[in-house]
Amino acid sequence: MIPLSWYLILAAALFCLGLFGVLARKNAVAILMGIELMLNAVIINLIAFWRYLKPDQVNALVFALIVFAVSAAEVAVGLALVISIYRRRGTVAADEIDLMKW
Amino acid sequence: MTPDMILFLVIALVTLAAGFMVVTTPNIVHAALWLILNLFAVAVLYVMLNAGFFAMVQVVVYIGAIAILFIFAIMLTRHAMRDSGPRFNTDWPMAAILGVALLAALIWILSRWQSFMTLPPMLTSDTDILRQLGQALVSPNAFFIPFEIASVLLVAAMIGAIYVAWGKSGGKK
Repeated sequence: MIPLSWYLILAAALFCLGLFGVLARKNAVAILMGIELMLNAVIINLIAFWRYLKPDQVNALVFALIVFAVSAAEVAVGLALVISIYRRRGTVAADEIDLMKW
Repeated sequence: MTPDMILFLVIALVTLAAGFMVVTTPNIVHAALWLILNLFAVAVLYVMLNAGFFAMVQVVVYIGAIAILFIFAIMLTRHAMRDSGPRFNTDWPMAAILGVALLAALIWILSRWQSFMTLPPMLTSDTDILRQLGQALVSPNAFFIPFEIASVLLVAAMIGAIYVAWGKSGGKK
C-alpha cells in the first residue's frame, strides 16, 4: 500500500521541473513542453486525490478530463503561434521575440 | 517494502529522470522523445491508481496527439533550433532556485496536512466508476455544461490554431 504522500511529492517534483523548464528554456517549443509537464503533475494529483479520498465520486475524474481537453487546446494554439512566429521572424528563441517589450 | 512500493519508486524515478531530461537536454528532438517516455511513465502511474481509462486517454491523447504535434512543430522549425546558442536563458539559476524553493514549500505545506499519509481505501467491486463518469458528463444536473464548454473550447482552439498558422499572412522572413 502506497501512502498518498508519495504521489503528491512526485507530482510536486514534476510540477517544479516543468516550472523550471518554462522559466529557463530559451526555445519556445521547450517552454510548451514544460507546461505539459506541469499539467501532467496536476492530473496525477487529481487522480491520486480521487483514489485516496473519494473513490466513489466522479468529480475529480471530470476535473481531470477537462484538464486533458484544456491541455490539448493549449498545445494546439501554442504550437500554431510558434510556427507563425517562426514564419514571420525566423526564430523560436523566446528572448528574441521582443516586439511587445519596451 | 512491498512490491508495489518498489514498482512505484522505479516508475517515479523514470518519470522524474525523463522530466529532467526534457528540461535540460540541448537537442530539442531528444527533449520531445524524453517527453514521450515521461508521459508513458505517468500513464503507468494512472494504472497503479486504478484509473485505467485515464492511462488509455493519456496514451491516446498525450502520446498519440500532443507529442506528435510537438515533433511536427520541431521539424517545421528545425534549423532555427540548431543555432540558437545556449539552451537556457541567462536567468536560469534564478529559475532553478525558484523551482527548488517551490518544491520545498509544497512538501512542507503538504506534510502539515493531516491526511498526508492516507492509505488507499479498498475499491468495492460493484461500483462501476466509468459508467458513473460517463453518465455524469451528459446528465444536465451534473457536468453537462462544463463538458459542452470543453468541446466548444476544443473547436475554438482548432479554428484559432488553423487561423494563426495559416500561411497566407507570412511576411518577411
